[in-house]
Amino acid sequence: MSHKAAIPIGPYHPLQEEPEFYKLIVEGEKVVDVDVRIGYNHRGIEKISEAKSYDQSLFIVERICGICSSSHPIACAQAVEDIAKFEVPERALYIRTVCQELERLHSHMLWLGLAGHFLGYNTVFMWAWKYREPICDIFETVTGNRQNYAMHKIGGVRRDIEKEHIPYILKRLDEFTKQLNMLKGAVLDDPVLHERLKGVGVLTKEDAIDYSALGPTARASGIDIDVRRDYPYAAYDKIKWNVITLEEGDVFAKTVVRILEMFESVSIIRQCLDKMPQGPIDSNPKDIPPGEGIGQIEAPRGECFHYIKSDGTNSPMRHKIRAPTYMNFPTFRETVIGETISDAAIILAAIDPCYCCTERMLIVDDHDKQVMGVFELIRLSQEKTARIKDRYALS
Amino acid sequence: MTIDEIIKNISDRFQSKILNINKSSQKRAYLDIYPKDITEIARYIFKDMGFRFNTASGVDDFDALEILYHFSHDRSGIVISLRAMIKDRQDPHIDTITTITRSAWWIERELHELFGIEFNGNSDLRPLLLPDDWPKGVYPMRKDFPQPKRDSRR
Amino acid sequence: MGLKEKILSKSLYVFHLSSGSCNNCDIELIDCLTPRYDVERFGIVLVGSIKHADVLLCTGSANRLAIPRIKKLYEQMPQPGYVIVYGACGSSRGLFKDSYNTGQPLDEIMPVDVYIPGCPPRPEAIIMGFEKLIEKINSRKEAR
Repeated sequence: MSHKAAIPIGPYHPLQEEPEFYKLIVEGEKVVDVDVRIGYNHRGIEKISEAKSYDQSLFIVERICGICSSSHPIACAQAVEDIAKFEVPERALYIRTVCQELERLHSHMLWLGLAGHFLGYNTVFMWAWKYREPICDIFETVTGNRQNYAMHKIGGVRRDIEKEHIPYILKRLDEFTKQLNMLKGAVLDDPVLHERLKGVGVLTKEDAIDYSALGPTARASGIDIDVRRDYPYAAYDKIKWNVITLEEGDVFAKTVVRILEMFESVSIIRQCLDKMPQGPIDSNPKDIPPGEGIGQIEAPRGECFHYIKSDGTNSPMRHKIRAPTYMNFPTFRETVIGETISDAAIILAAIDPCYCCTERMLIVDDHDKQVMGVFELIRLSQEKTARIKDRYALS
Repeated sequence: MTIDEIIKNISDRFQSKILNINKSSQKRAYLDIYPKDITEIARYIFKDMGFRFNTASGVDDFDALEILYHFSHDRSGIVISLRAMIKDRQDPHIDTITTITRSAWWIERELHELFGIEFNGNSDLRPLLLPDDWPKGVYPMRKDFPQPKRDSRR
Repeated sequence: MGLKEKILSKSLYVFHLSSGSCNNCDIELIDCLTPRYDVERFGIVLVGSIKHADVLLCTGSANRLAIPRIKKLYEQMPQPGYVIVYGACGSSRGLFKDSYNTGQPLDEIMPVDVYIPGCPPRPEAIIMGFEKLIEKINSRKEAR
């Protein structure tokens, strides 16, 4: 009974965006080892950034990840502000907070939809993406674009939130909250999802600390960290909100953390729009002295870390970028091993790997002969849900 | 814990092993160390003081290769960066810290690949980002690798 | 060929390939499939294998690791097949043209039928891109 088979997953998947390549080593149904090959998306952004001026590098980092195109520019701007000790006007801080939380809403919604698809709940997928649209509309109102907002600059923001837009934003947020409540009920009260997700892919607290896991992945494992509270930036220290932490560490806990976080985000946006002071939105900084700076930010997936070294010229000498998935990803070694293949797809998706990859999962035998495709793997996952549904006589 | 207490705690324990302390603000400090002491100091900061490992950034400083190990203290919001300067550009090597925290697994692979730094004791230094046919001995993040063109219109 | 193209223009099966993009294009593409834009109304379906596809929809700046895979996928596409390039990176490599890891533009790797410019293009733009492709297929059909 030591017949091991390798399942290559990737690098391309129709529903997930970024390509990545996994190799699951399985023994029967059980996953015994995992390996991953990334690099299908490596574009050398850190090197390009060294040849751009500080203002231009914000546009580069915005294009690191389409989902986090507000987080990376803020982190980069904060790193530069840390070098030069620039003051950012208060109104700009509030606008940054609004953008950050809108981004969290749209990112978590997107994740929820894709997780639903993996489990065979295509209705959840369609709903979640439909309910994400109000957020895109708000983004379009606030920043002028649905994605790639070009909103942030060093020392402030580029665009103001107009007074006449605020009623519209609040109205769309109301719509969104109503739908979110419904979705929350649909997910949290479903006995099938409880059975399917509880106890699956557990990341223990010790492992989470050892791997320095971040964001919802860490908070679902009982680690109480949140950059928004621990390293206060933007306007988070002027607003009341809660950090959501759960102890279980399984896929269900990660889902719950994300859903509850969305309610916090809505509340943060409302408070920001309410409290936002009048005033300038940009401090127009000029020279950037030599030195080193660090910018940290809580992106939807966890802490986003930018280190910039300046040599006094108008472009960075070194710009190191660490996205949250970089730390969360290696935890799949702890969570996937020992689980069945039909759970692998959702466990890999549970860390929200900046949505990378699971296309063309092929089950191959020892001689690399292809037996099974990616759809098979998602199908396995969906069939397992269907079996549980049958048991509950729901389908 | 304030930043002064953290710096005092580390410098009392390691004394002459800390070459230089640069406190850039109330939240940030950069400590220069010898590359050979990295595991000892990193173990103390990560295991005993309860810091979280952020990442390591390699910097090509023309005359040396620097590695900055960033550690965060989540309860007080302080980031401490350990700077190890590797003078030997031809054959740079340093001890691995994956024995202390597995979160350094990928970043060491990346530094090996983009800067050509060897990590003693790390057996998994397979390529992570670059294609398999990337020429050996060419490290794109070093300054002697051709820099991308600067935009002339500015 | 005429009959095949006649059938083809009614319902395009699309395979989506991300060759090193920032996700934005890919998100907007999936947005097209979901209720607000819903391209399935026009018979456009995303499929999971290139062997079932009529259209290869490619996003991203073609990174060196991805180029051999793109070539392989293009070879595997059943003919007649069409290529759509979506987004600024795919069309011109955009911001990433100076990077050490972007090899060659997508249109040097394979012939491209329709470009959809933008960073990222709006979902409406992709619907328009498909319309252009269908027009192109129809004009070919008549030419024969």
